[in-house]
Amino acid sequence: MQEVMDRIKSEIENNDIVIFMKGNKDTPMCGFSALVVQIFSHLGVKIRDINVLEDENIRQGIKQFSDWPTIPQIYVKGEFIGGSDIAKEMFQSGELKQLLIEKSLIAS
Amino acid sequence: MPIDPNKIIAMAKDAFPGDEVKLIDMAGDNNHFMLEVISASFEGKSRIAQHKMVYDAMKGKVGEEIHALSVKTKIPE
Repeated sequence: MQEVMDRIKSEIENNDIVIFMKGNKDTPMCGFSALVVQIFSHLGVKIRDINVLEDENIRQGIKQFSDWPTIPQIYVKGEFIGGSDIAKEMFQSGELKQLLIEKSLIAS
Repeated sequence: MPIDPNKIIAMAKDAFPGDEVKLIDMAGDNNHFMLEVISASFEGKSRIAQHKMVYDAMKGKVGEEIHALSVKTKIPE
């Protein structure tokens, strides 16, 4: 389990935006994951996608790591942002764009 | 085995006594739900913290008997 936690930690530390999702960004396998991919694509940022369906250890590990029961899960600069509901709300309110600007991931 | 939606409502009401709780079956299959909770206890908390309160109210069933649960939290006007 520690190995999985270390792997997760490494991913979120080494990639600006990480999406733990079902499927991958080109072929999402669930509507909620697809929505998150769409949102970040719309904002024009690159994402590191991790397909939890390929690794049951990661699928369970990330839930423990984040203390959050659902997939997808979004990390921006190592910080947990939430799942698709939160991403959608933040996107619609403009907060998500603002966050990415603050983190220097998009130009203002 | 999909969960009885009344159970979800009961757990939510248990965790948010007196607050308004709404459950919508998103896919008509008893497996994809949207749970809306309006509670003053959300005040001052981040979205993540608010949603966590709702997930915690489900006592570990999300991801198990409850396949998908969308959460919407509001603070009463």
